[in-house]
Amino acid sequence: MTLTFEDFPPGHFGTFGPHRVSREEILAFAAEFDPQPMHLDEEAASQSMLKGLSGSGWHLCSIMMRMMFDGFIGRTASLGSPGVNELRWLTPLRPGDDLMLDVEITEARVSRSRPSTGIVTFKCVIRNAAGQELCEMISPIIVERRPELALGQVG
Amino acid sequence: MRFFEDIEIGQRRELGSFTFTAELIKRFAAQFDPQRFHLDEEEGRKSLFGGLAASGWHVGSVCMKLLVADGQRQAEEAAARGEKVAILGPSPGFRELRWIKPVLAGDTIHFASEIETKRSSETRPEWGIVQGRHTGINQRGELVYSLLATAFVPRRNGC
Repeated sequence: MTLTFEDFPPGHFGTFGPHRVSREEILAFAAEFDPQPMHLDEEAASQSMLKGLSGSGWHLCSIMMRMMFDGFIGRTASLGSPGVNELRWLTPLRPGDDLMLDVEITEARVSRSRPSTGIVTFKCVIRNAAGQELCEMISPIIVERRPELALGQVG
Repeated sequence: MRFFEDIEIGQRRELGSFTFTAELIKRFAAQFDPQRFHLDEEEGRKSLFGGLAASGWHVGSVCMKLLVADGQRQAEEAAARGEKVAILGPSPGFRELRWIKPVLAGDTIHFASEIETKRSSETRPEWGIVQGRHTGINQRGELVYSLLATAFVPRRNGC
């Protein structure tokens, strides 16, 4: 069944994963989008602030999107997102990490400009197997309302 | 890349342009964001985007790609002048990411970056912390992407 706005009340939504990230994936993403030495070269990475090879933060964001898709967005009447309020990179992504995604809904409201939709604000946290937080994101997603409920309010 | 001391508020860098072809949009989406409007032209047309649209994470990753390439060009220029080369540090995150308009198949986006704030790092004296506003404008001159990014930038005497 497709999830609609009504399925996203404020509170804890779910925990998804694990999702393993390989060294090859880290190197391939970095080569294409973020070829800084700390993401590509073991020796340079060991001398960087992150002290060892780490994945690009944009790779981690993209993996978080995939984990959200696999976890719930793939079966949600999602219309896309206007942006991200805040994203914090807290701990480096390392080769072989098994990532878990924790999703909380901080706000859910009906759209004023498009009353057949709602805006659900998610707080997503990615952790590694040791429980360290790798990143934290606060982002709204536009989700369709159940048609009979949306029509009922308009009428 | 420049050192913290060389960076001034309001400095702007043109980072270059990137064309989001249908093939690239679908390849990124298949791996990271397989929502129907990022994978199929017809589904894109039926969506709020009005066409096959790039994942917002694809747009952000391409902006990063052009930022890194711009940093490498600056480093090569500095090295050619015989100057010390600054290596950009990691980023603690960003705020105010706005996907303002869809990036559709065939769109060419021009990216730029402008410095908004700079301050010393209290915990890491060899580094400064700089905030830059990255923007993307399409071939019609419409702002499609905006982001306020934070990064550690090395001090000239720190390394």
